[in-house]
Amino acid sequence: MSVDKHTVAKIAGLARIEMGDEELERMVPELNNILNWVEQLGEVDVEGVEPMSAVIPNTLRLRDDEIDADPKTAGGRRDDVLANAPAAEYGFFGVPKVIE
Amino acid sequence: MSDLTKLGVKAIRDGVVAGDFTAREVAEGFNAAVAAASELNAFIVTTPDHALAAADAADKARAEGRQLGPMAGVPIGMKDLFATHGVQTTAASHILEGFNPQYESTVSQNLWDAGAGMLGKLNLDQFAMGSSNETSYFGNVASPWRKAGTNAAMSPGGSSGGSSSSVAARIAPAATGTDTGGSIRQPAAFTGICGIKPTYGRCSRWGVVAFASSLDQAGPMARSVEDCAIMLGAMAGFDPKDATSLQMDVPDWEAALSADLTGKKVGIPKEYRMEGTDQAILDSWEQGKAWLKDAGAEIVDISLPHTKYALPAYYIIAPAEASSNLARYDGVRYGLRDLPEGAGLQDMYAATRAEGFGDEVKRRILIGTYVLSAGFYDAYYNQAQKVRALVARDFENAWSQCDVILAPTTPTASFPLGSLNDDPLTMYLNDVFAVPASLAGLPAMSVPAMLNEDGLPLGLQLVGKPFDEQGVLNAGLAIQQRSGFDHAPEKWW
Repeated sequence: MSVDKHTVAKIAGLARIEMGDEELERMVPELNNILNWVEQLGEVDVEGVEPMSAVIPNTLRLRDDEIDADPKTAGGRRDDVLANAPAAEYGFFGVPKVIE
Repeated sequence: MSDLTKLGVKAIRDGVVAGDFTAREVAEGFNAAVAAASELNAFIVTTPDHALAAADAADKARAEGRQLGPMAGVPIGMKDLFATHGVQTTAASHILEGFNPQYESTVSQNLWDAGAGMLGKLNLDQFAMGSSNETSYFGNVASPWRKAGTNAAMSPGGSSGGSSSSVAARIAPAATGTDTGGSIRQPAAFTGICGIKPTYGRCSRWGVVAFASSLDQAGPMARSVEDCAIMLGAMAGFDPKDATSLQMDVPDWEAALSADLTGKKVGIPKEYRMEGTDQAILDSWEQGKAWLKDAGAEIVDISLPHTKYALPAYYIIAPAEASSNLARYDGVRYGLRDLPEGAGLQDMYAATRAEGFGDEVKRRILIGTYVLSAGFYDAYYNQAQKVRALVARDFENAWSQCDVILAPTTPTASFPLGSLNDDPLTMYLNDVFAVPASLAGLPAMSVPAMLNEDGLPLGLQLVGKPFDEQGVLNAGLAIQQRSGFDHAPEKWW
């Protein structure tokens, strides 16, 4: 499978990365090289193999049902949360107008 | 007291404990060495005051007769992928330039609790994506090593290139690294130092800028196996804030170090004998076998049949996870915002991400977005996850025949900066020997073996069973004792 400029533009749109014509054209052969190379995975017989998403056997834990057990991940830290926002006003994240 | 900068972790800690010198003298020596080494571009920011404060705390604790921590008085470099409270954390990206974490990562906090201090935040490949440290927004890192007879700047490897460069240059006794597909081991091999990636889950990922979450693991980089054992012990441990953290005790790896490999079997995977591997690398592998045999081990031939497919599987899985993880950089909550005149929210996202990410990061986000998109998910992503299962199964089968695996770390020695930039694929091949252990979540280490005919270091890799960092460290120690590798680059910076 290979991608053309139209497809790359669509992917870039999905990934929310603005790309000009020149950059899109440059990306086409680069991405195709990589995609052609990973194509070799198709040779592998994976009949009956379950896809692996976790490498080391581990069980999902439940934390104690306790409010704000760890102060680092607890609530009440609005100013810390907003400290690095490029635009924060009135205790909120500021964004461009999203509704007309 | 400039000779204190020749010392490693153990020597500094033991010297401070014994009162041979003060931790402040050590910190001052390294701070000066860091300040004088700006040509390496190993640090993005330096934090001499942090190092001094930790040193003073260690000296005070000693004066008061209190027990000192395992890293007491040791100033280290911190890869700029770990969130450090009040100290800019960028992942070497423009999009996080100026980001000032309001919290401390678990691994860095563990190190400070053990008595270490911070010399500064180390440069790396942008978002840890790269094998040569040429994708950083803050410029390339140069290796302190040069090819005999040339002055060309060489790659320190990547992504932990600031870590490897600073430790090899003796401007830091040790540094943190992170390894997603070789980012600790390959730079360690390129610069003649040691580095270990523990079993997935040993070190908390909380507060580490995420690249590919099912693969990312932190680990130490230092100049000896003992130093790695000490520092790994300080970094590791269960953390309830990381859902994949291993709920297991951390063994005392330092205390249990032993280079006697009697009764141990070392596996030699035949599939690692790949085309395009330097003859000098193959020779060093032979030498490694002889050293381990001399240490009492039995050498056995093994097969890891899916080795060839590990790298292409990695280059689907890692970008897929990255495209998801990096969706958080939206110009709203932290980092850069690019808001063109009259732009709406969607335009702001796209403009911010176009401005804030470098080429390699964009490339990987696009690949990841593509392989996860409807219609391609099964052909690419699911297939890669199945191949990953087979790579892991290969290792499981191998453990019935051997206790630890010996292989080269990289197919070549370091290369000049700029020499592999034309083709991303050639760059990816650097990690061909490192990636299989990452996909399987296994502990793996690189230790220096020798210099090649150009005077550049070559590393040997040891891969162990899950949770058997000790077996990896012990085999590494056996190699270290026999190689006697103590070469240092000639100072030019």
